[in-house]
Amino acid sequence: MNQTKPRVALFITCLGDQFFPQVGECAVEILRRLGVDVAFDPAQTCCGQPAFNTGYRNEACEVAARNLELFGDVDYVVAPSGSCTTMVRSFYPELFAGDAARLAQVERLRGRFYEFSEFLVNVLNVEDVGARFPHRVAYHDSCHLLRELGIESEPRKLLRAVHDLELVEMSDYRLCCGFGGTFSVKFPEVSVAMGEDKARAAVESGAEYLVANDSGCLMHLAGVIHRERLPLKTLHLAEVLAGEGPK
Amino acid sequence: MTEPGVQSNSIHELARRAMADAHLEEAYRSSSLRLYTHRLSAIAKVPGFERLRDRAREIKRDVMEHLGDYLEQFESNIIRLGGEVHWAPTAEEASAAVLEICRRAGAREVVKAKSMVGEEIELNHALEAAGIRAVESDLGELIVQLAGERPAHIVAPAIHKTREDVSRLFVEHLHSEPTTEPERLTAIARGALREIFARAAVGLSGANFGVAETGSIVVIENEGNIRFSTTAPRIHIVLMGIEKLIPRFADLGIFLRLLARSGTGQKLTSYTSILTGPRRAGEDGPEEMHVILVDNGRIRTLADEKMREALYCIRCGACLNACPVYRKIGGHAYGWVYSGPIGALITPQFMGISNARELPFASSLCGACREVCPVRINIPDLLLHLRTEAQQRTETPRPPRSLVSERASMRIWAWAMKRPWAYSLGGALMRFGLKAFARWDTSSGGRWVKKFEWFPLSAWTESRDFPAPARMPFRDRWKKISTR
Repeated sequence: MNQTKPRVALFITCLGDQFFPQVGECAVEILRRLGVDVAFDPAQTCCGQPAFNTGYRNEACEVAARNLELFGDVDYVVAPSGSCTTMVRSFYPELFAGDAARLAQVERLRGRFYEFSEFLVNVLNVEDVGARFPHRVAYHDSCHLLRELGIESEPRKLLRAVHDLELVEMSDYRLCCGFGGTFSVKFPEVSVAMGEDKARAAVESGAEYLVANDSGCLMHLAGVIHRERLPLKTLHLAEVLAGEGPK
Repeated sequence: MTEPGVQSNSIHELARRAMADAHLEEAYRSSSLRLYTHRLSAIAKVPGFERLRDRAREIKRDVMEHLGDYLEQFESNIIRLGGEVHWAPTAEEASAAVLEICRRAGAREVVKAKSMVGEEIELNHALEAAGIRAVESDLGELIVQLAGERPAHIVAPAIHKTREDVSRLFVEHLHSEPTTEPERLTAIARGALREIFARAAVGLSGANFGVAETGSIVVIENEGNIRFSTTAPRIHIVLMGIEKLIPRFADLGIFLRLLARSGTGQKLTSYTSILTGPRRAGEDGPEEMHVILVDNGRIRTLADEKMREALYCIRCGACLNACPVYRKIGGHAYGWVYSGPIGALITPQFMGISNARELPFASSLCGACREVCPVRINIPDLLLHLRTEAQQRTETPRPPRSLVSERASMRIWAWAMKRPWAYSLGGALMRFGLKAFARWDTSSGGRWVKKFEWFPLSAWTESRDFPAPARMPFRDRWKKISTR
């Protein structure tokens, strides 16, 4: 690592900002603990995925274009969401195809844009962040993180390194939880049925906590778990990693 | 008989109806999961399977880039071998070509092997209207024919029927003794078919591949009925989508290694028939061979550079088996012949986006389909592309209980997201607005909305709860922690 602290801008994501601000606080705390200089630009809003996912590319473009201007002066941008990271890394090039100037900006941004667990393990080369969490945990792979970005081992490495944490795998752990962005309200019955399968798989695995890296999946799964009164809690990975380490 | 036409825009109702039947959901779940698992163990035994997929994709890409040339080569080879080629731009013309061949032969019945193109052009309707009996020789096809349904799956038409369902159908329509033993059930179907095989003048099949270099038709199966239908009758009719070509005979090895493993997890199916022209002097086989090359929307798909990739499909059904949405809603909910992820792609292409504009949205875009596709079609990406097309070219249906149209809500959303002050104001309004609806829950230590009147929250809270927004968003909390 360089002598100077790496400068990281946090991309909190709209869901994280409005619904799960504690996830952002945990991420900031962990990054600072690891010697990172964290910045947050309140000019940021959303990555544009809701419109892109629903087929409104012009609207998605307008919102996404703002993000190309925002993070000029930092070494990295880190988001506590696999889906928003995928939006920037995998879909921005498609969204701005045909606009050479924008594409150049996209290239500059996506090369520095990381999902939180990926950043810790692959950029900072850290697995043990010194956390303690004496519970049984199942990790849910969000589909974008798993299949678009190929990040499967990184969050598991981080969880395995947490003191007193027991990591269990759910049956069919690669299966989608059914959130799917606007799919969750366009096909609510299907979405919830998939969510119920996932939540049940987590309960059957013996986990007390279902942990993921995406606020969308977590909001959906928590909603299903709460409605069904299942003996299970949901947490973002950053919340687990911010847990008090051994004294 | 099935209702003709496309019902794909009714996917919401059809899916709800299917999911209300727990018996059906379990049949779909267990059968698709079994095929999915079989595929996994089958491909694990093939070294270089991923390279085979790359190669197959490359070949299919080449075929689509030069489809006109390959089709001409294929046609001239079939003619050279003594077969006839019929070009069918539409479903109606394809059916008309079949009827004309039957009329000339004076045939009153046709023995059909499994053909998805046959389903696509609704051949059974055309045959019935012309007074010609369609005899399904494929067990799965026979079952769905007796049930008056469409195939529920590309390779396993009766995937949704249990042994008990099949027994009831056979008792009712074939007047057999009730039995749930698979062997007995197959024997009943076979008994009903043998006699017709022996006397039918016309046999009809689909084609898994057409080899441009040799003019060969390749069909694969497990039951032996295709071989029977294509060799015993005097006339063999092949219904084939124009995208089914492969350039060289040598390419067949690649595709055969992929197809059965991807579809059912078999190394090869029990029968692989390679039919190269009609009977030659001193040989067995049909006297006439007619190949009907069906377009029916494929050329339109080919013309779209992005969507062209959907034509690489070799109809293995792996994407259906892998799809968590298909496992829930089943094949019939897609409202046409092709279901699952590939059905959501090609139905709007073949039948027009306005007739199937909801299909591209029937996916969580999880990408499990792309992971198993033997020719690596980027299905989620193409579905996203089709969503854009649907929004640009068709009217968006207004969801129940929505105050503004989807388009208007997206415009407002984009307007606000471009202005951080408007975004923050929107957040504040949402916090304030939902406050009255959110109830504190001691056990989870949070505030939850359990019911809301207006879309989209009305849809969300139908059967799951919605967490109340945080009292203070991160951007405000940041002010406290930024300098720490």
